[in-house]
Amino acid sequence: MIRLEDVTKVFPGAAQPAVDHVTMEVPAGEICVLLGPSGCGKTTTMKMVNRLIEPSSGKIYIDDKDTNDYDPVQLRRTLGYVIQQIGLFPNKTIEDNICIVPDILGWDRSKSRGRAAELLEMVALDPKIFLKRYPKELSGGQQQRIGVLRAIAADPPVLLMDEPFGAIDPINRAIIQDEFLKMQATMKKTIMFVSHDIDEAVKMADRIAIFSEGRLVQYDTPDNILAHPKNRFVSDFVGSDRTLKRLQLLKVTDAMMHDPPSVRAEDTLATAAALMEENGHTSIIMVGPAGRVRGYVDLKTAKSTKGKVGENHETLPTTINVTEDLRTAVSTMFRHDVAWLACVDNDRIFKGYVTLRGITHLLGEAHRDG
Amino acid sequence: MEILNYIAANWDLIVIRTGQHIAIVGVAVGLAILTGVPIGIAISQNKRAAASVLYVASIIITIPSIALFGMMIPVLSLVGHGIGYVPAVIAVLLYSQLPIIRNTYTAITNVEPALREAARGMGLTHFQRLREVELPLAVPVIMAGIRVAVVMNIGVTAIAAYIGAGGLGVFISRGISQTDPRQLVTGALAVSVLAVAADFALLGLQRLITSPGLRDTARATV
Repeated sequence: MIRLEDVTKVFPGAAQPAVDHVTMEVPAGEICVLLGPSGCGKTTTMKMVNRLIEPSSGKIYIDDKDTNDYDPVQLRRTLGYVIQQIGLFPNKTIEDNICIVPDILGWDRSKSRGRAAELLEMVALDPKIFLKRYPKELSGGQQQRIGVLRAIAADPPVLLMDEPFGAIDPINRAIIQDEFLKMQATMKKTIMFVSHDIDEAVKMADRIAIFSEGRLVQYDTPDNILAHPKNRFVSDFVGSDRTLKRLQLLKVTDAMMHDPPSVRAEDTLATAAALMEENGHTSIIMVGPAGRVRGYVDLKTAKSTKGKVGENHETLPTTINVTEDLRTAVSTMFRHDVAWLACVDNDRIFKGYVTLRGITHLLGEAHRDG
Repeated sequence: MEILNYIAANWDLIVIRTGQHIAIVGVAVGLAILTGVPIGIAISQNKRAAASVLYVASIIITIPSIALFGMMIPVLSLVGHGIGYVPAVIAVLLYSQLPIIRNTYTAITNVEPALREAARGMGLTHFQRLREVELPLAVPVIMAGIRVAVVMNIGVTAIAAYIGAGGLGVFISRGISQTDPRQLVTGALAVSVLAVAADFALLGLQRLITSPGLRDTARATV
């Protein structure tokens, strides 16, 4: 846990404080993204945590221990640090770069080298190839992965990351972000992450702290920041498409109608029509014996035709997995020109419907109570 | 032909005087490394100190060597070493300061700020940053300064023959005073060969102690 209490930084000769009475807490195991335009104080705030910059006033605690009680050098060894420019040491091999903190902490060599190999496996880089290479022999994306591994090598509980993926091309950035989130799911580090990219923040953050002119303007979950921006500055910063951005945060299950009615091939069309009318639907899904999606029947066909569902069903243009986000769901609807999708799990078992109207309703709900 | 005969007949003498020459330059540049590198590191912390130290070192290097030897005679006579080996070593030591201090200073101050910040942010002390990152990165540039110092001072040492320091300059000074082109050319040749050979040897050493990660020939990236 990182806690800032009334922290202020005034640089010598500056008229305005760079960081102005900031109080916030990053709970253990969460990613907090400090977000804002250049010069808003987000980087200064982060650098005060590992005392690369000393606060002018206020207190910073890590796990309830005042950072001023540490020797700065000792403090920094317990906080992982990743920077945008990566800063791998070109004179050292990848192995020695990763092991730099374990080495200065005096770890046993076989333990630290074993750890380096283990970490490389985690980011899908073959230790046999990469351990003995030098940084210049790696691509930018590979170097930044090593930069992250170096920060977590000594297993610090807290990570400070200063625009760590900012210098990487968009495709690789998305891959590395996903990889990092997967690692974080098991590592559960407490992370302070500086970014100026709202999309990155929405993707990575458990909480977002929006800074402007040294002040902490809003500190909340990504969904709340997008749904209820506190003022004009925040809503401008998150962008006019903030509602669309929320779609990324919400899963298909959030908007899905659970336990929907369904019919089987041996049911009659009359049964299907009755079920639809009962629920106010205009179509119904036909499932197989195990509950897998097979097709659908619409109300018009069911009412005008006689016979079994199995002989009159139509195939679905597509389905969507319940674990997908709503942005993918909406995009799929647009692509296939439909207003609803059948939702399935990984075994293609029918789970429910998601409709365009349901999604609109979900997004609108959060707006209204704000 | 005459010259070749002279060289063949006086081979032992050439070897002895080359040894004397190397003893002067080697000891003096060795001492200059021990003083110049720490000075270069120290002034990299303070711009104003750097400017004045480099200024003084530049002035020293402009003093003609023969004048420097002359100035040292009365001073070092007080300790009984007005001429000979000691003033020669001191002169070379002084002349070597500028290239070594300047290159060390430049190399350390040119270390990428991102590397410095990464090292600081990970909790390396001042000394650890110097040992693990800054000095290894500075090695090629410092070695280049040392090579300049050695080559330049092999020439300076030739003049030290006039203050009785021995070395290959003796062939040259006797060649002039006895109007003997054989000695003159032998001396000049030997000094040049020594300078070139020393430069190559140091270049080899430089390659040896520079991290493979800093060399230009990279393996293909995967």
